[in-house]
Amino acid sequence: MPRLLKLVSRLCALAVPLALAGCDMVVMSPSGDIAAQQRDLIVVSVLLMLLIIVPVLFLTLYFAWHYRHSNTKARYEPNWHHSTRLEVVIWSAPLAIIIVLGAITWISTHKLDPYRPLDRLDAERPIPADTKPLEVEVVALDWKWLFFYPEYGIATVNEMAAPVDRPITFKITASSVMNSFYVPALAGMIYAMPGMETKLHAVINKEGVFDGLSANYSGAGFSHMRFKFHGVTNEGFDGWIARVKQNGTALSRDAYLKLEKPSEREPVRYFATVEDGLYSRVLNMCATPGKMCMNEMMHIDMMGGAGVESHENREKLKYDNRHAGEVGHGTGSGMGDTVPATGEPARSEAAPHESHSAPVENNNGTPAPAQLNSN
Amino acid sequence: MFSNPDLAKWIFGRLTLDAIPHEPIVIMTFIAVVLGGIAVLGLITYMKWWVPLWRDWVTSVDHKKIGIMYIILAIIMLFRGFADAIMMRIQQAIAFNGNEGYLNSHHYDQIFTAHGVIMIFFVAMPFVTGFMNYVVPLQIGARDVSFPFLNNFSFWMTTAGAIIIMISLFVGEFARTGWLAYPPLSGADYSPGVGVDYYIWGLQVAGVGTTLSGINLIATIVKMRAPGMSFMKMPVFTWTSLCTNILIVATFPILTATLVLLSLDRYVGTNFFTNDLGGNPMMYVNLIWIWGHPEVYILVLPAFGIFSEVVATFSGKRLFGYASMVYATCVIMVLSYLVWLHHFFTMGSGASVNAFFGITTMIISIPTGAKMFNWLFTMYRGRIRYEVPMYWTVGFMVTFVIGGMTGVMLAIPPADFVLHNSLFLIAHFHNVIIGGVLFGLMAGVTYWFPKAFGYKLDPFWGKMSFWFWQIGFFFAFMPLYVLGLMGITRRVSQFEDPSLQIWFIIAACGAGMIAIGIASFVIQLVVSYFKREQLKDVTGDPWNGRTLEWATSSPPPDYNFALTPVVYDHDSWDDMKARGYVRPTEGFRKIHMPKNTGTGAILSGLSVVLAFALIWYIWWLAIVAFVGIIAVSIAHTFNYDRDFYIPVEEVIATEGKRTELLAKQVS
Repeated sequence: MPRLLKLVSRLCALAVPLALAGCDMVVMSPSGDIAAQQRDLIVVSVLLMLLIIVPVLFLTLYFAWHYRHSNTKARYEPNWHHSTRLEVVIWSAPLAIIIVLGAITWISTHKLDPYRPLDRLDAERPIPADTKPLEVEVVALDWKWLFFYPEYGIATVNEMAAPVDRPITFKITASSVMNSFYVPALAGMIYAMPGMETKLHAVINKEGVFDGLSANYSGAGFSHMRFKFHGVTNEGFDGWIARVKQNGTALSRDAYLKLEKPSEREPVRYFATVEDGLYSRVLNMCATPGKMCMNEMMHIDMMGGAGVESHENREKLKYDNRHAGEVGHGTGSGMGDTVPATGEPARSEAAPHESHSAPVENNNGTPAPAQLNSN
Repeated sequence: MFSNPDLAKWIFGRLTLDAIPHEPIVIMTFIAVVLGGIAVLGLITYMKWWVPLWRDWVTSVDHKKIGIMYIILAIIMLFRGFADAIMMRIQQAIAFNGNEGYLNSHHYDQIFTAHGVIMIFFVAMPFVTGFMNYVVPLQIGARDVSFPFLNNFSFWMTTAGAIIIMISLFVGEFARTGWLAYPPLSGADYSPGVGVDYYIWGLQVAGVGTTLSGINLIATIVKMRAPGMSFMKMPVFTWTSLCTNILIVATFPILTATLVLLSLDRYVGTNFFTNDLGGNPMMYVNLIWIWGHPEVYILVLPAFGIFSEVVATFSGKRLFGYASMVYATCVIMVLSYLVWLHHFFTMGSGASVNAFFGITTMIISIPTGAKMFNWLFTMYRGRIRYEVPMYWTVGFMVTFVIGGMTGVMLAIPPADFVLHNSLFLIAHFHNVIIGGVLFGLMAGVTYWFPKAFGYKLDPFWGKMSFWFWQIGFFFAFMPLYVLGLMGITRRVSQFEDPSLQIWFIIAACGAGMIAIGIASFVIQLVVSYFKREQLKDVTGDPWNGRTLEWATSSPPPDYNFALTPVVYDHDSWDDMKARGYVRPTEGFRKIHMPKNTGTGAILSGLSVVLAFALIWYIWWLAIVAFVGIIAVSIAHTFNYDRDFYIPVEEVIATEGKRTELLAKQVS
């Protein structure tokens, strides 16, 4: 019997590292400095909490065994139910841990705030003085990812690349519903929301191809809303840019509107040129001709709002019409109604074709400048 | 069907024959349910149970029967919710290497939504409410709750909500949005079908029941305690129930209001949560979690109460640190309102906001930790009898601390950025909901079953159930922790990386073990029923209990206590036993009781019709049902025949029988 136990315990001892080695825990061994700091936080907090969890687990099992009914030798005090000393300990022990953890939380939340520009490349290296961050504008579409590289005037779908050790500034939005932009090896996630912009600062420290995905359920094609993140050398990055420029087509507004329609398992696509201001239009939900940009509306509101004439803007402010043109309210008809007929004319038909930047007549008579959205 | 499409539309709204399911899995389920339903109805007819069923159960205003019906509802819905869970586990275990599995995203997305909604609203909630209904009046020495008819109505509204959700399985579809239905995805533009409407109306109808039952139980606990039972002498379960019901009353209106706004968006074209016209979906996410986080404590506090009762009883000892237990409960109640934002740190709030909510979340772990120590030191120098409820309690203590630890990890915003929406998160909340709430409820079922039915549950199958649940839990959810650390997120129906498959297979095996655990529980009920003579509880106090519910017979008479008990100390029944309490055998009087009424069931039936009509845009039917509800409600106020007296002879006879039984027990 003891031999058997020994064998079992040896097997278990073997099995645990084997099992863990068999899987690649990207969150625990990331390739970007931000994700690495987030990993460190996980490790530190676990260790801190184990200080209290381990004794509790041990005491639970020990008391449960020692004070069992059949053990008549154990002390039994049916009326012992209070001890001020113990009470102090049981409240202050968790309190002490939480004070330490709270301090760590306050500091790390500020230091690792996704909106905060980086101050180092990794634990050893600060950012060289002349470094210009790589700017990437990310749009979560149904159900694929669109990346703009404003510095290079290109855009890609479902693939992005970044040079190793160059800080990246992401600006993130979505075209229709909420998603979450997440490259586990690089940094934590942040929501991608329509009409809003979130930011993320990160850096990749190792070459490699990493998974990127949407971490927030967004509808039928969600499971395949994945992309590859390439961490490459500077030369490799230049090569990638050149490749995109060489093989890419043009991303005009029309091309974008076609791209935007719901589709699943979209292949990688390159765009060599991008129409000016397209990202800003996507962000402000006015890529469709005839729509008023959200920043324009916000400007009007800021100036005190339009008067009765503002009802004229109503149609221009309706952005959600993905299902327009669908036949009836389909129910239970299988896949059919999860993927609205992509071929259907959706947004462009719903709104009359007026000049898309029609100045708004508001009380102040000033058309809103489009550059107001300075977030 | 009709040559005139307008007429058909007027009569049936958007309900057409297409609404009946086409997918083979659903059709098979449908056929099984229909056959099962016919069998049950046939049995009731054959056994001539209709009249007693209506007279003694459906219309009953007795808190004990209502409590039992709540728990039956919860167990039935548990089967449905668990079937969803198993389907998801199988899908995720096979959908690799281009294999699409057996569920397309249309079906899979409904299943994970239904699983969440059903498990929270129609398993955990009725289970918890059932216990509070059954136990609280007995623990405080009351004859019933404050508003017995309201109680019956609450139960039937909860059931109506469950029925609406169940109808969605066979007529139309359910929401494909996730269990909290975040807009804009749940808005009319991105979810045009009936799914989200089923979700909204199912929750709204059930929410009426939950809110009213919360009010009822607060009034009961505040006003109907036995003489001498001050607040600080109340049993801990009653305390946790009080806090839970305060949370219910304060938060469910938020859920109701939020869903009203969402339905206005969907039905009349307002723009609260749309992208259009300045709507703001983030507002919905905030609002729903302002309800959603306290909801977690609504579920877990009563479970904490159950563990407190169980651990004291089976350790044969007073609960350690009663006062700090009470304060801890109250602190948790208050703090639960201050943490909602931790469900969406990743929305991009500023660092200070995130840090604030992260730290408040961690602070909750202090009173929770104190509770854990209190249970621990209750076992210390106790004499622990290992009956089945104690198994669940020790299992809980071991499992829950792990869930608590991962919870605090998730409370650190930068750590949450890499763990949010991952399977780590899924593992965490199943860890606390199964390890905390469900284990507590199972402990409660075994603990109070003899009180409700007069015989104990068979311990062998109870232990089987416990071990399968416990081990199955670890197999099912530990792999999800690992997968979460591998960067795998939730609600995904197909995978590309084949190296993940083994973890999903382990998880599926774990779910299989839990299925055996549930089966063992069912077997336990059946076996115990057949062995009920052997397992009989004659004394009314099978566990050497400490609180008042054990002072009366098992099952208690309709009036609970022939004479209202007087309380001097907490653990009042233990105190009474220690002081040599003698059960009074004379001096009985006639007892004033509320009369049964069918109004609750009728209103609930009309609510189902109203909700169905609104979901399918059958406006004429909605109007008819709504007018019906108002008419029945008004008519009910004219019902003056609401109470009756149990004659003193009957009380004397009932109590006399018990005296005889007890005497036999002694000799």
